[in-house]
Amino acid sequence: MATSTLPARGDRKVSSSILLKTIMAASGLFFIGYLLLHMYGNLMILSGREAFDEYAHHIRTFGEPMLPEKGLLWVLRIGLLAALVAHVWSGMALWRRARGARSVRYVKKRAGYGNFYAAAMRWGGLALLAFVAFHLMHFTWQTVTIGEAHASPAARVIDSFSHWWGVGIYALAMFFLGMHLLHGIWGAAMTLGLNTSLRRAEQIRLTSIVITTIIVVGFLIPPFAILFGLVD
Amino acid sequence: MTDMLIDGLYREGEPIADTKAPDVADISQMWTERKFDAALVNPANRRKLDVIIVGTGLAGAAAGATLGEAGYNVKSFCYQDSPRRAHSIAAQGGINAAKNYKGDGDSIHRLFYDTVKGGDYRSRESNVYRLAEVSADIIDQCVAQGVPFAREYGGLLDNRSFGGVQVSRTFYARGQTGQQLLIGAYQALERQVGAGTVQMYSRHEMLEVIVVDDGDGQGPRARGIIARDLVTGEIETHLADVVVLATGGYGNVFFLSTNAMGSNVTAAWRAHRKGAYFGNPCYTQIHPTCIPQTGEHQSKLTLMSESLRNDGRIWVPKRAEDCEKDPRQIAEEDRDYYLERIYPGFGNLVPRDIASRQAKNMCDEGRGVGPAVDGVRRGVYLDFADAISRLGEDAVRSKYGNLFDMYERITGENPYQVPMRIYPAVHYTMGGLWVDYDLQSTIPGLFVTGEANFSDHGANRLGASALMQGLADGYFVLPNTIRDYLAKGPYPKLDESHPAVVEAQRSVQDRVERLVSVNGTRSVDSYHRELGKIMWEKCGMERTDAGLREAIEEIRALRQDFWTNVRVLGTPEGLNQSLERAGRVADFLELGELMCIDALHRRESCGGHFRAESQTEDGEALRDDDEFAYVAAWEWGGDGGAPVLHKEDLVYEHIELKQRSYK
Amino acid sequence: MKLALSIWRQDNPKVPGRMVRYDIDGVSEDSSFLEMLDLLNEQLTEKGEEPVAFDSDCREGICGTCGVVINGEAHGPERTTTCQLHMRSFKDGDEIVIEPWRADPFPVIKDLVVDRSAFDRIIAAGGFISANTGSAPDAHATPVPKEHADRAFMAAECIGCGACVAACPNGSGSLFMGAKITHLGELPQGQPERDARVAAMTHQHDAEGFGGCTNLGECTRACPKGIPLNVISQMNADLRHAGYGR
Repeated sequence: MATSTLPARGDRKVSSSILLKTIMAASGLFFIGYLLLHMYGNLMILSGREAFDEYAHHIRTFGEPMLPEKGLLWVLRIGLLAALVAHVWSGMALWRRARGARSVRYVKKRAGYGNFYAAAMRWGGLALLAFVAFHLMHFTWQTVTIGEAHASPAARVIDSFSHWWGVGIYALAMFFLGMHLLHGIWGAAMTLGLNTSLRRAEQIRLTSIVITTIIVVGFLIPPFAILFGLVD
Repeated sequence: MTDMLIDGLYREGEPIADTKAPDVADISQMWTERKFDAALVNPANRRKLDVIIVGTGLAGAAAGATLGEAGYNVKSFCYQDSPRRAHSIAAQGGINAAKNYKGDGDSIHRLFYDTVKGGDYRSRESNVYRLAEVSADIIDQCVAQGVPFAREYGGLLDNRSFGGVQVSRTFYARGQTGQQLLIGAYQALERQVGAGTVQMYSRHEMLEVIVVDDGDGQGPRARGIIARDLVTGEIETHLADVVVLATGGYGNVFFLSTNAMGSNVTAAWRAHRKGAYFGNPCYTQIHPTCIPQTGEHQSKLTLMSESLRNDGRIWVPKRAEDCEKDPRQIAEEDRDYYLERIYPGFGNLVPRDIASRQAKNMCDEGRGVGPAVDGVRRGVYLDFADAISRLGEDAVRSKYGNLFDMYERITGENPYQVPMRIYPAVHYTMGGLWVDYDLQSTIPGLFVTGEANFSDHGANRLGASALMQGLADGYFVLPNTIRDYLAKGPYPKLDESHPAVVEAQRSVQDRVERLVSVNGTRSVDSYHRELGKIMWEKCGMERTDAGLREAIEEIRALRQDFWTNVRVLGTPEGLNQSLERAGRVADFLELGELMCIDALHRRESCGGHFRAESQTEDGEALRDDDEFAYVAAWEWGGDGGAPVLHKEDLVYEHIELKQRSYK
Repeated sequence: MKLALSIWRQDNPKVPGRMVRYDIDGVSEDSSFLEMLDLLNEQLTEKGEEPVAFDSDCREGICGTCGVVINGEAHGPERTTTCQLHMRSFKDGDEIVIEPWRADPFPVIKDLVVDRSAFDRIIAAGGFISANTGSAPDAHATPVPKEHADRAFMAAECIGCGACVAACPNGSGSLFMGAKITHLGELPQGQPERDARVAAMTHQHDAEGFGGCTNLGECTRACPKGIPLNVISQMNADLRHAGYGR
């Protein structure tokens, strides 16, 4: 029969890779928001042990009596866990798809931004995941200690970062985080449809550099300040 | 038919005439009348009618989309890996339409007049008028499809004047008009593929047309094609109620041309051998501003827009001994700005054929520049030094930047500093299968559209008219005329075991096997190259009686050698690009001879061709309307037989015949 | 010039391929990359070896037929199509590794020839404006602001060669798709089907087995027409507007 318009296809078996990317972007942005808060908290240590311990106590009792003790913390933790699962799951799904799209590899591969970051985001992402586990064991569950065990959060932090290798581990993690953010922020903006012109692209590049720098530098200030004895 | 051989080469048969154009005095009512007279097909019957369309350029894709939309059952074929890659894509300049958006006095009649005059009065008035008439609809259709034509700041479409025409009627999309129009048609075609009305057969090459007498007293009709699946090598039979050839031109008979590597004459030639007359095969268009050949390795020539001649000055050294010098070292008084010297009125803007022929003359005199190929330097300078000093480099860059970049990429020379070198190249073929007003060939049920037919451009095509014709045929003309033929269908059901089908299939199979089994010593390309040289030297822009006779002998010898000494490696199964090329070259070797015979019999200079025996006292082209105001429609004379000439007289009722002059 | 070529040879889609080394001499600097391969094929034919199959047609950079990966780069070191790449971009004695586009949705047919019909199916799924022949209003009925027309044109320059897929570490066809979605979405004529188009095309893209975009930009670096990455972002925005096609 003659056709006037073509109806949309019926089968919807394949979930859109753009939807997966959007999940990655949204969860990633949630992490960035959290990182900024986290970084702000870390910087408290520059105001002294009391201020830091006070802050650590305060986030546990935030919102009381409307919220139970550690209420906010648990909300955050659940949110972070959900975001982590979403981020890793969609990342893995996309990784699998990408591998499936090229089962015969190139004999010769060009070294460049794309091939570097394709690996950096994925393997680097896994490295960050490992770091998060370590970080939780170190500061939350306290199953790993650097230096000695302390009851005061501030004391734990200061003791840990008085060791050069403690700082080394965290600095390395920040390097991976920085790389992940540099491309991740750009990618999130792309995925969310913000890059609509060449000028916009430049603005997004700049923004990703600024945010990455703020976060990485912000996180690195306390450990180095402690290492160099600027915090007592 | 007389049995007498003329010139020892051909016979003359009965005259031929178009019988489909309605007999109305007012030419502007002709198409309306024809559309009304053409029978209609009930929408419910359309899906029972099978249409085969070969070729997916502008004419083929547009027809496929339109007939699919109408509800016919369409099978579309192309040799490319996707219908989007047909060679219409390479057209740069633009598309004409009598919209008169600029209010500069354009009209259907003026476009009609310009096209007939541009064709040097060798085209059929009725067809050309219709072309001008539907031209405006093309633009509407393309804009609706999303073709991104150039626009002005007010949001309306921009137009430019093109090829020396005095009105601005050319619509364009930067230098990629052909690409944008083809993508529009391709998308419309793919939409129908998605809707299931069109079945697409990419990487399929048509190798034979099936002509069957159904025994209903109507005589033989085109009922299908034999195609080779280029991926599997399988020879397939496809049957239908009607066959449309939209297979483009045959410029590649010259080996070096601006056509795509795969452009070929096979579909048209196979149809010719089955009874379709070939109209004006010697009418080819040579484009003056192409990048010259650099060596034997070269596989094709690249065209640059003719607009370059608006600001560039063409010259060669006055003395042959200066030709090797750096052009910047040649003093002004030692340069010969030959077009400005010979044609002071038009200078560098003389028509394509004159600019081309004079460039060849300069090189043949030994004053060509650039690398010598076979001992001859084939190139002339196109110099922008004056334009750059007058307008500034930036202004030149903004006008021609992309062309200059293209030139530099190919030649490695910077045209802002060193004059460009240009040379003419074959670009388009006006000749093609003979069709009537309905675009039907002499085989009933075989329609031919676009560059593959001979119909609209006479002996020379105006710039920006090829795209117009392809889309006019595909979107508007064929879908209306073909229904008159289809309304008489569905034709008797045909079985693959019908003797005519079996015979067609076997002949294709035999030919493929023969090509692979010769197993000689020479590559296909070497034959193609040699044929191209013969054609270019002797059947190119300037022809002589003696040269053409030599060419015919040489082509015959070459063809014989081909069939005993060609080397095609690999097997007929699977992808075999040498085999594909071999089949195409074999057909070019037959076509080349017919082109030379046609050129030989046309003892006049006309359109793009200069016949040395027919010139004015001052060496300009001399047309002979008394003898040659006709279309030469050639009938296949059988293998080894002489072709038969059928003349279609051209009658001019609405336009007065005039001899052109550019002095 | 003298060159050492390593070329992927594969007889058909069903058998595995391998790299084969060929030494070639007498290559002109002025010849194009494909003319260099023509010369190799002439020499192979003389020796009775089957020539290397590769695709090309217009050889002026517009039809999108040609394309091989040269030393790990789609279309080679210059930003242009393989047919417009000239041998002066290489040095005498260079080793050149030549591979086909590698992506599972582009299966190898033979040697360097791949099947890109997946692109056609993506277009067939929705890469068009439904305007039946003869139904169009006058071309001047709807003015289009120049900046929209220009952006549409920029996106419409895509030649469908597939270099974006070949260059993408994920084997994604997003640049190709985004270009078409941007081209049609920028024009007033393309609005009625805008949501349906992006949903249908992206769905077909994924169903063909292409990878997802990770915004690395290798596609745009390889694109002979320089289609910018923002067409992909545009596609993402359009798909969100379309509710992810659900």
